[in-house]
Amino acid sequence: MTSLASGSILYLDNVNVSFDGFKALNTLSFVIEPGEMRAIIGPNGAGKTTMMDVVTGKTRPDTGDILFEGETDLTALDEATIAELGIGRKFQKPTVFESHTVYDNLELALKSDRRARKVLFARPNGEERERIGHVLETIRLQDLRTETAANLSHGQKQWLEIGMLLAQEPKLLLVDEPAAGMTDAETAETAILLREIARTQSVVVVEHDMGFVRDLGVRVTVLHEGQVLAEGSMDEVSNNEQVIEVYLGR
Amino acid sequence: MNLSLKSLLTAAWIVLALAVSPALAADAPALVQALGAKSFNQKIEAIKQLATSGEPQAVGVLKALAARKLYLRKSDKSVVLARKSGKQYALSRPLTGEDLGKAPKSALKKIGLNNKMRRAIKAALGAMTLLSPSEEVRAKAAAAVFKSRDPDTLEALDAALAKETKPALKIALSEARAAVILNMEAAEADRLAAIAVLKARGDRDALSVLKSVAAGKGAPATAAAEAIRDIETWLAFWSAGQNIFYGLSLGSVLLLAAIGLAITFGVMGVINMAHGEMIMIGAYVTFAVQELIRSSAPGLFDYSLFIALPLAFLLAAIVGMAIEQGVIRFLYGRPLETLLATWGVSLILQQAVRSLFGPTNREVGNPGWMSGYFELGEITLTYNRVYIMLFAFAVLALLFLVLRRTPLGLQMRAVTQNRPMAGSMGIRTGWVDALTFGLGSGIAGIAGVALSQIDNVSPNLGQSYIIDSFMVVVFGGVGNLWGTLVGAMTLGVANKFLEPYAGAVMGKILVLVFIILFIQKRPRGLFALKGRAVEA
Amino acid sequence: MSGLMLKALDRYAYLFLALIAVLAIVVPLLNLAVPETHPLHVSTYAVTLLGKYLTYALLALSIDLIWGYVGILSLGHGAFFALGGYAMGMYLMRQIGPRGVYGHPVLPDFMVFLNWKELPWFWLGFDQFWFAMVMVIAVPAGLAFIFGWFAFRSRVTGVYLSIITQALTFALMLAFFRNNMGFGGNNGLTDFKDILGFSLRTDGARAGLFIASAIALVLGFVLCRVIIHSRLGQVLVAIRDAESRTRFLGYRVESYKLFVFTLSAAMAGVAGALYVPQVGIINPGEFAPANSIEAVIWVAVGGRGTLFGPVVGAVLVNFAKTYFTAALPNVWLFALGGLFVAVTLFLPRGIIGTMQHYWHRLRAKAPDGDTPAPPPAPANAPANEPAE
Repeated sequence: MTSLASGSILYLDNVNVSFDGFKALNTLSFVIEPGEMRAIIGPNGAGKTTMMDVVTGKTRPDTGDILFEGETDLTALDEATIAELGIGRKFQKPTVFESHTVYDNLELALKSDRRARKVLFARPNGEERERIGHVLETIRLQDLRTETAANLSHGQKQWLEIGMLLAQEPKLLLVDEPAAGMTDAETAETAILLREIARTQSVVVVEHDMGFVRDLGVRVTVLHEGQVLAEGSMDEVSNNEQVIEVYLGR
Repeated sequence: MNLSLKSLLTAAWIVLALAVSPALAADAPALVQALGAKSFNQKIEAIKQLATSGEPQAVGVLKALAARKLYLRKSDKSVVLARKSGKQYALSRPLTGEDLGKAPKSALKKIGLNNKMRRAIKAALGAMTLLSPSEEVRAKAAAAVFKSRDPDTLEALDAALAKETKPALKIALSEARAAVILNMEAAEADRLAAIAVLKARGDRDALSVLKSVAAGKGAPATAAAEAIRDIETWLAFWSAGQNIFYGLSLGSVLLLAAIGLAITFGVMGVINMAHGEMIMIGAYVTFAVQELIRSSAPGLFDYSLFIALPLAFLLAAIVGMAIEQGVIRFLYGRPLETLLATWGVSLILQQAVRSLFGPTNREVGNPGWMSGYFELGEITLTYNRVYIMLFAFAVLALLFLVLRRTPLGLQMRAVTQNRPMAGSMGIRTGWVDALTFGLGSGIAGIAGVALSQIDNVSPNLGQSYIIDSFMVVVFGGVGNLWGTLVGAMTLGVANKFLEPYAGAVMGKILVLVFIILFIQKRPRGLFALKGRAVEA
Repeated sequence: MSGLMLKALDRYAYLFLALIAVLAIVVPLLNLAVPETHPLHVSTYAVTLLGKYLTYALLALSIDLIWGYVGILSLGHGAFFALGGYAMGMYLMRQIGPRGVYGHPVLPDFMVFLNWKELPWFWLGFDQFWFAMVMVIAVPAGLAFIFGWFAFRSRVTGVYLSIITQALTFALMLAFFRNNMGFGGNNGLTDFKDILGFSLRTDGARAGLFIASAIALVLGFVLCRVIIHSRLGQVLVAIRDAESRTRFLGYRVESYKLFVFTLSAAMAGVAGALYVPQVGIINPGEFAPANSIEAVIWVAVGGRGTLFGPVVGAVLVNFAKTYFTAALPNVWLFALGGLFVAVTLFLPRGIIGTMQHYWHRLRAKAPDGDTPAPPPAPANAPANEPAE
């Protein structure tokens, strides 16, 4: 067990969560290696979002271990601490700061001292501007840097949120349905963007869209009723009898 | 001389009569005549004899004596009953009531009384009524003896006890006897037995008797002290029971005030700060109905609340629907704005009522069946509180039925759970919102009818309930009617249990502080459903 | 820091500050230097009234800081206002000294009346002005800190927070109504004689209080501007718009909320402290929940999320209130109630917010010269997760 944990970036073992008797996660276990990109799929109610909740500190698991970088126990920490450790999260519904400009959104996300008294007197410096510029480039929003986030299109908001994650410089990104509500062209671009990111960081992508997951071309974990049903390449998984049964119904 | 001789003779005759045999004692008219004797001791003896004579009219005679209505007619020295009639007195013969004509005051002499006699009369009356054929009179007599603790009644008590067949009355009599025994010289064993009897009675009256005994010495005093401890524990238990009743009563008031809010806030998620004013409207409807009844059909007063209930429901529901359609509809999803707008509505409604009915309290009467009280052990239950409690539960039950068993309830639940889906299935969601809000408001209206019975009906009525109502709903858990019930009852009882220690105001403050802390611990209340939605 | 100041003090701010400065100089001048018969004379009554409005404006500003920028709607800010007022009132009571009705050298009249033999411990030190001033800030801020520490850590948000702040001020009102609390019970604190040795009845003292209120308002305004234009201010707006997002970016949201909430309470306390000597009384009625909600509507009328708005709103609404309650007392509550409804339905941005909105639309892409944008047009939030 510990051998599995050591060297991994994210390690879940025997995690259980229940809401009023409903088992959202049921002895969930899996491991993400550093630098790996993993797609997690599963039907509605499979526990994808709850899995993200327990990793990021939003929900406390009833039992089980969640280790970050093989040593840090995440189950006792709050969202802010976990974020500062280096785990970024993108929501299913794009969530950006609508009243702020694109640039300010990224500035707020930049890795920096988050304590209120430091933030009060913080001034942007040259290095930070450079980093923001770099991220703007990556998410292809250079031209919209002064635009208020509320005025962005749905897809642009998705990208801005991913950009905020990048500015945060996390070691692990959890991305919830990045392609939801996007046009086909946007979806394809998003897949490219994620693959770019995965070169330097570990990424966990939760997705419904099978085509998108196939585009990513990564290892896939199938969740069902709060536990891992199958794991492997997209081809392996899509030929798995149990997976077919779950997706196509009995 | 003649006079004194005659009275002497009478006295002698009486003494003789008393001495000879009980058969003679039954000669009631002679005993009545003896009440006119000169010597107080003779009179007292006559009173005691009358008491045990079995003469049914003796009670009336003794009462007349106590009321100073027995006179000696100067002409023949006979004892007569006199009643003032015009300038003269109408006379009648005691016991028989035979009319003896009229006489001026100068022809009569009032029969004198002293304190010893008064006591004797009282004891005698007590003892006589102990033998009355009416159970009610006997029960009252036993209670009276228990209170007076007159040693003179002991004999009568024993006689009554021997004859009594009703178990409840037997107990009452033996308790009275115990109280009497503890008030006189008696054998230690008797006193101890009496203490045991009183201990079994175990109420405040028993406690006061035992306290007088405990002040003495010896085994009875120790036994009494022990009995007092027992009784006090018992009484503390009852007083806790009384507190629970008060608490549940307050809880039912809170429940009534909060049920409507549990729908509008709990089910719909609408913060209606004008909720209190819906209660106020109900109360003013009651007032208006009663005014109408007073002026046109006073006979219907006892039914005024039943007439007011549907009217209050309708009016409050209409006003509520108007608020929903006119204001709240445009603010769905913006709870803080809803809060402010409805607060504005509440100010308008208050001022409207103030303009229509004046700023002062309006008198709303209690129908006959709402007043009075009954006792359950040591607990006093007033009818209005009991009815309001039952009413609150009835309203809650009715609401459950509406939500679970009617098409409206089904649509309501559908709309609150998934609005777009409900809409696409052909449910007119806007209409359901309006009806739901109307239902919540209407319930607040009928709560107002009930609360008008125990609270001041003024334009500020609603304001005094709004914070409490929100506390109940939030404490119980939003969107959960059972939570509202448990929340209301818990807060009511907690309030009443804190009151004796902290005072009414401080108790309320403590409860508020408790809720504030509680919400920190469980922001979604006692019975909140755990969700798994994560989005911002 | 100086750069921050410069950024915060753009021309809008200068306009506002100039306006208040002119007011602070002209009004007392017209009162003291212009003879009473002159048409330009401002009566002492008017000076006091305007001074009262300025303290209301500061209270509104404190509410705007947390509601307009962080989305915390406090329905109990009147409590902090009143606590500041009581702290000032206690100082003023101690200044009465032996001039009370009962002539006791130390004890205020109401304590003599209640047969108290000595000053309760919590009244000690209030004979010192500096101590009272420390308390004016420390007591409201302390209460806000404790309350906020519990509330924000437990993530009580939205209407739940509004309701428990309302319960808080309600509980305080009940408490201060009690005679044995030691704050004058029902009657509160009144019959003040002088402040820092100046008799409160003189025109000079009135003018001085007016100027002090204006200065406090200016300081509060500048402080709010500085905070809003710092990165901390950006974080605050971020919390308002997307609390979870901010949290998952690694900001400890509760610390930020606690900081502004406490600061805001301190500002409200200062406002209350300046209010009390001008109206001459502080009683438990100031804790009434209705007062707090009324203050919220000033902010809404003027425009939350702008710093001018609450000042404008407080002055306008209170001017209307002064007028109506004298001329048409029966109409006032209708008008106030109607205002609540009308503003939320038809003017959700408030007066200044709406003006800014159209101004920005006119200048389309010009760089954002003023405050961060006002709150976005409200979107539908799920009913069980009250946003904002």
